[in-house]
Amino acid sequence: MADIALRVNGSEKKLSVSPETPLLWVLRDTLELTGTKFGCGAGLCGACTVHVDGNPIRSCSTPVSQVAGKSVTTIEGLGANGLHVLQQAWIAEEVPQCGYCQTGQIMSAAALLAKTPNPTDEQITQAMNGNLCRCGTYERIRKAVHRAAGNGNGGSR
Amino acid sequence: MSPLSRREFVAAGVAAGAGLVIGFYLPHKASSEKESFSPSAYLRITPDNKITIVVARSEMGQGVRTALPMILAEELEADWKQITIEQAGASTLFGDQTTGGSASIRTTWDPMRKAGAAAREMLISAAALTWNVSRSSCAAEKSRIRHAATNRSLSYGELANRAATLPVPTDLPLKQSKDYKIVGQPLPRIDSPAKVTGEAVFGIDYRMPGMKFAVLSRCPTIAGKVSAFDDKEAKKISGIRYVGRIGDSAVAVVGDSVWEAMEGRRVLNVTWDEGANKDLNTAAVMASLKQAGSKKSVSLYAAGDPTKVSGRHISAEYELPFMAHAPMEPGNCTAHFQRTKCELWAPTQVPQDCRDSVATAIGLDPDQVKVNVTLMGGGFGRRLEHDYAVEAALVSKAITAPVKVIWTREDDMRFSTYRPASLHQLNAAVDGTGFPVALTHRIIAPSISGQKGQPVPGGVDPDLPDEAGPVYGLPNYSIEYVMTETPVPLGWMRSVYALQAAFALESFIDELAVAAGQDPLQYRLRLLAKDHDLQYFTTTWHTARMRAVLQLAAEKAGWDKPLPAGHYRGVACFGCFASYMAEVVEITMENGQPRVHRVVAVVDCGQIVNPGILEQQIQGGIVYGLGNALRAKITIEKGRIVQGNFDDYAPVRMEETPVVEVYAIPSAEVPTGIGEPSVPPVAPALCNAIYAATKKRIRALPILG
Repeated sequence: MADIALRVNGSEKKLSVSPETPLLWVLRDTLELTGTKFGCGAGLCGACTVHVDGNPIRSCSTPVSQVAGKSVTTIEGLGANGLHVLQQAWIAEEVPQCGYCQTGQIMSAAALLAKTPNPTDEQITQAMNGNLCRCGTYERIRKAVHRAAGNGNGGSR
Repeated sequence: MSPLSRREFVAAGVAAGAGLVIGFYLPHKASSEKESFSPSAYLRITPDNKITIVVARSEMGQGVRTALPMILAEELEADWKQITIEQAGASTLFGDQTTGGSASIRTTWDPMRKAGAAAREMLISAAALTWNVSRSSCAAEKSRIRHAATNRSLSYGELANRAATLPVPTDLPLKQSKDYKIVGQPLPRIDSPAKVTGEAVFGIDYRMPGMKFAVLSRCPTIAGKVSAFDDKEAKKISGIRYVGRIGDSAVAVVGDSVWEAMEGRRVLNVTWDEGANKDLNTAAVMASLKQAGSKKSVSLYAAGDPTKVSGRHISAEYELPFMAHAPMEPGNCTAHFQRTKCELWAPTQVPQDCRDSVATAIGLDPDQVKVNVTLMGGGFGRRLEHDYAVEAALVSKAITAPVKVIWTREDDMRFSTYRPASLHQLNAAVDGTGFPVALTHRIIAPSISGQKGQPVPGGVDPDLPDEAGPVYGLPNYSIEYVMTETPVPLGWMRSVYALQAAFALESFIDELAVAAGQDPLQYRLRLLAKDHDLQYFTTTWHTARMRAVLQLAAEKAGWDKPLPAGHYRGVACFGCFASYMAEVVEITMENGQPRVHRVVAVVDCGQIVNPGILEQQIQGGIVYGLGNALRAKITIEKGRIVQGNFDDYAPVRMEETPVVEVYAIPSAEVPTGIGEPSVPPVAPALCNAIYAATKKRIRALPILG
């Protein structure tokens, strides 16, 4: 057990957890932020994507000790004032089917747009390729990212 | 009912067009709900003008929480914006609640319409009585009954109490398709907003006070058992509260958090009795399929007699591997056992099976087990099993506290139930112009139901009637089935046997077209040129409807127009779950591997309830089918499933995803399945495109070995 301090969605958290605990389980079980999902436990599917100091990371493979003192943003903290533009675009494009992977998808997309406000199809594929969706919503995800970026009503390839 | 008889009941109900609901009309007014109008279990209208529609199927992404209420709201003449949805748990009020077989719309179409129509008629009567006018002078519109002559109207809420005192009518006028206002509209899904904010509660997200978390260590060999275990190291991990045997083949490790439980399991020492399958491998399983190839078959479909036809014979064999569903949300279930009752929060396609099997496992009566249905992070048939529910109940009973059992991805991959591997023998006799005057398709595969100990009447796996029917109206045409056995656990995976049947048939038809020197599309259209009604078990397949989807797919794909250099096309058509589907796949070859650029998909599924959801289902089914075709393969070594995660069982990612264009034939026919029919044509259409590009015929999946 170790005392670890980090900032989650803007508020300071002091935790007493074993330092190798993956951030995912700290978020889900300790802080009860269940919007971040468990999919593979091995950084292969992206369902657990959150931002650490603005960068997208796989929380299932990130020991909480590595984010001590850092700032974590989860899907719950993404739209500080109502829905984030990507969340709006996701609804407008009717992206979700089962919806399980979509919070991770949105976090990956948000990190992309923060650095690349007008991504090309190629850039979207590169940024989103690590996020699996078994419902096969990828093309709608692409359209939603374009929509949120404001480059066309859904865009095209 | 046993799980299987319930599944059969679905098929029977669909066939009779009767819906399935037992006790559809409740005595209105349950005692606990004095202040509501509830003419059926599906609907509740309260005086505060709240309209609640109950969804008695499970939401796994296919849109039932939106589409099913639309059907009822249409007949109710409700204002859609006013509708609230309630998810039913396991119940005795709705008949079979299994969500599978692309049957949710098919089986609830009649009961939901009748529930809406009954309420509408009763509300009209209540208004007519209130105003002392004739019923015929009143009309329902947007959740109000209006009396045009006097320009009066009352809301459904205002009429609820009076309507509740009236008898439920039995003679129900149902609306015509042309008058629909809600059905047929691409209404936004009601579950989308919560799914993009993280507020949606999937099974894995459900929390309750005092809840523990459990992971199970399961015997790595198929059907092996626990011999002994040593929990000394596991119990040194902080937060571990319990380690104990669950059933014959698993040891549960319970902790305060998921991670602690996983850590405990990591250091748990179990000695396994590896059992009879410890030397099993894929080669042996496939060899036994081949050996069964010469066995006597049972007939699924027979027109004429292919054995009596002379002509040039062409034959080919096709082979498919085991596949895993791999839904994004790994298996889980929360259970709270309390001596004389047990409550479950289950992401399940079969709440009633969960109830019944949990009751048996922990020694309660089914009515002492309450099953709440959560959202599911995908199902694809995996959650037709109730293993997680039984495990959670057993662990909760062992620790006498609420517990959530969680499977890891590796657990999900290795302890799943799998799409059956199969072998297909195709044989045709062709005439001088290269057209088949006889065709035989022998399907050699283990029976999913048979393995589960459920009835297999006449040696016909009960799924085959929905999934392996004839496509073409040939004079001599035989579809046969040889039931085999395998120790590999089998399950119903999206489109079930249709994937295998379509791959074999539609690849073979392409081979015949090539042998005849004809265009594969024109060849198929000629086979479909005449109108035939092909009776296959309880479904009548119309070649005219298949011809129409194929023609439209060809037209939308621009089949007669030249492609850019290096681009090639393949086509396939197939019907399952009573829907007709045609797909044209366009590819290039890069480094010897296909890259799919575009898929044009056309469906005829009768009346469309929500075209937006329909498009999602077809797009998603095609991506799922593409993954199945390219790489999906579960193998066995030393009695163990080899694959473990998304690296060695790799689904399609964004970079491989084609643009999918979806078209539907306008229709007022009874609605048919849409969750699965887009999956089967993908593999053959893709392999046919690969043949066009390379002249290499792929007769075994997956394409990428």
